[in-house]
Amino acid sequence: MSAFLELTRRDLTVAWKEGGTVGVALGFYLVVVTMLPLGIGPDLNVLRRIAPGVLWVALLLAALLSLGRMFETDLEDGSLEVLATGPLPLEAVAAAKSLAHWLTTGVPLTVLAPLLGLLLDMQPEAYGVLMLSMLAGTPAVSSLGAVGAALTLRTRRGGLLLALLMLPLFIPTLVFGIEAVRAASLGAEPFLPSFLILCAISLAALALAPFAAAAALRFQLQ
Amino acid sequence: MHLVAENLASRRGGHLVFAGISLAVGAGEALLLLGPNGSGKTTLIRTIAGLLPPAAGSIRIEGGNPARSVGEECHYVGHLNGVKASLTVEENAAFWCRFFGGTHEGLEAALAAFGLASLRDIPAAYLSAGQKRRLSLARVVLARRPIWLLDEPTVSLDHAAQGALTRVLAVHLAAGGLLIAATHADLCLPDARKLDLSGTAGTA
Repeated sequence: MSAFLELTRRDLTVAWKEGGTVGVALGFYLVVVTMLPLGIGPDLNVLRRIAPGVLWVALLLAALLSLGRMFETDLEDGSLEVLATGPLPLEAVAAAKSLAHWLTTGVPLTVLAPLLGLLLDMQPEAYGVLMLSMLAGTPAVSSLGAVGAALTLRTRRGGLLLALLMLPLFIPTLVFGIEAVRAASLGAEPFLPSFLILCAISLAALALAPFAAAAALRFQLQ
Repeated sequence: MHLVAENLASRRGGHLVFAGISLAVGAGEALLLLGPNGSGKTTLIRTIAGLLPPAAGSIRIEGGNPARSVGEECHYVGHLNGVKASLTVEENAAFWCRFFGGTHEGLEAALAAFGLASLRDIPAAYLSAGQKRRLSLARVVLARRPIWLLDEPTVSLDHAAQGALTRVLAVHLAAGGLLIAATHADLCLPDARKLDLSGTAGTA
């Protein structure tokens, strides 16, 4: 267990020292959500209605930006080979790196989301649900993303391939994440069913994705 | 403890790199892999480390802990250094030390053995190629593992660092460790056996 936490801690330290990853994701999120109301116009009813969708879609795009780097730097500097011969199985390596990605991307984006909700005239009562749904949904984004990142590891300019690959995998998270927020903010339907399905998606991804990511990493290391 | 490989073959991109390689390395023994570029030294080392599945043959450890795979008994130092540029020398070494379950004494010994103690607070990005190589090699001393797999360990090392490496290897072998190294340089290990890989490849 300690090797697992050490690896997560190293990734957090590197992300902190290099600064780029968290900043780029947050900046991108800010830019997309700021520009959308300008493009759509100042109709508050429209903005309020699309707010959950905009916040979730922009969050997924922002998370996608940093996904490609999850294993790339470790492959380039040779750390991945050493990690593969270490005491942790590659499944745990993938899980530890997903956890670090979630802490450096999912959590900061979730914290920023209510602030951006202001720009879309989201009601303050919905902020709690918005953050709760994002906290429940982003683990799926990071762990499914690890599979995509591992699969596209050796592809030159793999960003587009990664985005295309992740699109179908992210759709369930997106649909139920938006549904949960919409239900709570517009009060049309009950919030709990969508939220529980969102939790189920995350739990399934947490349990299964590391195996798929490790299989892809094994192949990439050959 | 014995590392035994029988009848190993490896295929890379449909091309047979080597075939019919058998080797046995016992405690305290060193095996040097020789051969021209492209003869399969790196491929053989990566195969033993478990990074490449062999196309044929088997690798096993006799007299070791049966619960541990060959890869888990090995320290592997490849062409790439596994050094994070944004972390300092000490942070890099300390991470690998904790990751491999080493002790603080092991960390200090490793830094001292390769003359890195005075560089400990310098970010690895500012190190020279030889200093990065020393930091990479220090990994094998951080935590105890019986089998060392070194791929061209002397690349970019100066004379003093090569001497330090020879001393570290001698201590490892004297303590009953195993060493397999691919090298073009002289590691100053007089008792080392040699395996020449030139001409071992069959036809694809």
